Amino acid sequence: MTTIRKAPRLDFERFGSLVALAVLAAASAALSPHFLQPQNLLNILRQVSYTGIIGLGMTFVITAGGIDLSVGSLAAFTGSLAVLAMNAAAAKGLSEPSGVAVAVAVALFVGAAGGAANGLLVTKGRIAPFIVTLGTMAIFRSLSLYMADAGEFRSQNQLYGSIGSASVLGVPVPVWILLALAAVLSLALRRTRYGRYVRAVGSNQRVARYSAIDVDRVRFVAYLLNGLAVGVSATLLSMRFNSVGSSTLGQSYELDAIAAVIIGGTAMEGGRGTVWGTIVGAVILGVINNMLNMVGVSPYLQGTVKGLVIIGAVFIQRRRQE
Amino acid sequence: MEKSFALLENIEKSFSTVSVLKKVTVGVGQGEILGLIGENGAGKSTLMKILSGIHEPNAGRILVEGKERRFRRPADAKAAGIALVPQEFNLCPDLSVAENVFLGAEPLAKGGLLDQAAMRTRSAALLAELGARIDPDARISRLSAAQKQIVEICKALAFDARLLILDEPTTVLTPVEIHALFALMRALKAKGMSMVYISHKLGEVKEICDRVAILRDGELVHEAPAAGLSPAEMASRMVGRELSEIYPEPAEVRGEVLLKVEGLSSPGAFEGVSLELRSGEVLGLAGLVGAGRTEVAEAIMGLRPASGRVEVGGEELRPGRPREAIAAGVGYLSEDRQGSGVIVGFSVNENETLASLPSYARGLFGPIDRRRERAAAEKWARLFSIKAASADERLEHLSGGNQQKVSLAKSLDPAPRVLIVDEPTRGVDVGAKREIYRLLRDLAAEGIAILLISSELEEVLGMCGRVLVMREGRAAGELSGAGLTEEGIMFLATGIKEGVSA
Repeated sequence: MTTIRKAPRLDFERFGSLVALAVLAAASAALSPHFLQPQNLLNILRQVSYTGIIGLGMTFVITAGGIDLSVGSLAAFTGSLAVLAMNAAAAKGLSEPSGVAVAVAVALFVGAAGGAANGLLVTKGRIAPFIVTLGTMAIFRSLSLYMADAGEFRSQNQLYGSIGSASVLGVPVPVWILLALAAVLSLALRRTRYGRYVRAVGSNQRVARYSAIDVDRVRFVAYLLNGLAVGVSATLLSMRFNSVGSSTLGQSYELDAIAAVIIGGTAMEGGRGTVWGTIVGAVILGVINNMLNMVGVSPYLQGTVKGLVIIGAVFIQRRRQE
Repeated sequence: MEKSFALLENIEKSFSTVSVLKKVTVGVGQGEILGLIGENGAGKSTLMKILSGIHEPNAGRILVEGKERRFRRPADAKAAGIALVPQEFNLCPDLSVAENVFLGAEPLAKGGLLDQAAMRTRSAALLAELGARIDPDARISRLSAAQKQIVEICKALAFDARLLILDEPTTVLTPVEIHALFALMRALKAKGMSMVYISHKLGEVKEICDRVAILRDGELVHEAPAAGLSPAEMASRMVGRELSEIYPEPAEVRGEVLLKVEGLSSPGAFEGVSLELRSGEVLGLAGLVGAGRTEVAEAIMGLRPASGRVEVGGEELRPGRPREAIAAGVGYLSEDRQGSGVIVGFSVNENETLASLPSYARGLFGPIDRRRERAAAEKWARLFSIKAASADERLEHLSGGNQQKVSLAKSLDPAPRVLIVDEPTRGVDVGAKREIYRLLRDLAAEGIAILLISSELEEVLGMCGRVLVMREGRAAGELSGAGLTEEGIMFLATGIKEGVSA
């Protein structure tokens, strides 16, 4: 009857970012023979894995119709407490492996608690997510700076630092963790009741409520997941340098994470999103940085390119939808 | 059609490969009200979107006062004196009436600032001309649906519209308000205004229109003076076959009480509502818009804070727990399909299982059983003959009638014992209406207790053996048997003896 069928064409929502990545990679390879060397590619993956992991959590938050600006500050706060706890454990005579366990446990707990705080303020406090996380962004950063007196916390644990720079089968540990989390969370978003609810809540909160979905719980869990992702990322980051810089760690990570999500095709207004898209988005950002470095563009100009790519990506998606 | 104000000639339009309009020729005379009817998807909306400049035709001509015009955008049509009063109002809720009337064409005072005074006096004059008592400074969000409609008409008049297209204007109005709208339309007509009136309510079409044009599958199948057409004939020409009985024979076998509501109150919405609903029964809940009927349904579902007692099959429901209401066996079809019923960006299948998903996945993070979910989709597609390319088709690509069927499937997927349907045939064409009535009848025959909330008296009378009427948040009375008449319902609903014939 009236069912208007679309002519078959490339599903841009799903593959648009992949096409963009392929084009970028081809251009980079043409510009520099160094680009395609395995070591360089692995380096790009390692660099994007920290914000990529946060981007995974952010995918849930944004798909559920929210936003989280506090992730970078929370990463600094989480990393600081993890290293402090580990050093305290060492002072009490705990072995290095036990120290690592303490750090990981503290990071996951603090990350989750920070996410839960955001989630509670958004759902029970009925405050707009942008405002809530703008506030907690300032709070977490300020607490980290205060604790470290704007300096850094150095870990005394050599094992901790060596995990961060280790590789398994030639692939850096953070990359493995990124891929493993992406696999699990992609299934969660596409195949579980929770994932369906996240999209429902992001599409139309009223319909979700009228369908007896506990909207607050769904949104709360999204922030909690994002907090956990921050905990994982903060652990890996502090392992990488075996220290936490209270002012530098996670600086402007919220922008990179949100950018990866958006470039990956997740709708800013919620309802539609994919985990693998976010990974592609993160890698696109990494490839751009890499390419600009190789051709010798001033690092100060890299932000301009990044900004243009974000705006361009959303522009193309908009036009495709109309 | 020599004195046509506007004439659409051999209009053709297709979207991708689907031809929506096939050489349609139809005109509206000066000071004439043309009824435009047809099933959902017959091409009414597309035709009117072409006339109001939203779409461009693939072929054909548009003539206004004998001169050929080309409308590339809505502003072109507006300049030619054609204005559309859409079904969903295009008003900014936080701006005042005057600001909305002049939105996009604000008069400026010296120095480039807005001329607030001029806007106010001119909209006050227009409102007075329409006989409406609306304050030009009132915020849109404070107005009733009927008042918003008047503001939309006012907006059209402010730009010297000479042809008004009214798209389903009475869906959101009470009988009294419909009466007032018709009086207004007659007054405008006397001043030479031409109008196109799109509606599914055929009785109203006959009442207000001079001439009726009937579309079917993109073709103009009939055009005749309204005086010579009965609503039944309109309906059969729309569907292209004789419509036997729209309402299936009632075969009511009442069983045990399944839903018992005692002294239910929700502050600011309704008070002290009690009712009993038996297995196999279709109980009507009638009343004017705003009488509190939808709110009663929401309270039963736990979607709105309320005090009182709700029992389903003898078990008391705790208030404020929609999940429990569904688990206890209450299904709910919301009146506002796209606002709170279905998600248009979700697939047919995803919508159908949205309220019953806990039975497809163990735990919040358990995987959804896709095979069973698909099986459910197949069942509903078969049972309701839902027309969609596949169960993965997004709902936004379906016609209104099919969306409504999906919405109904969604409320039935948790296998309820009690089904509350709120305006189940709103915005749905005659053919789909008939199917929905049959479905409800079949469900009742299976022993499901149905609470039917409806503003269409004809529907309530055709479907229900017993009707509870609400007025201003209270149960005004109950009617059944010989006492169940249109006049009886209107009397209870308004408290006025003459009802609509006033």
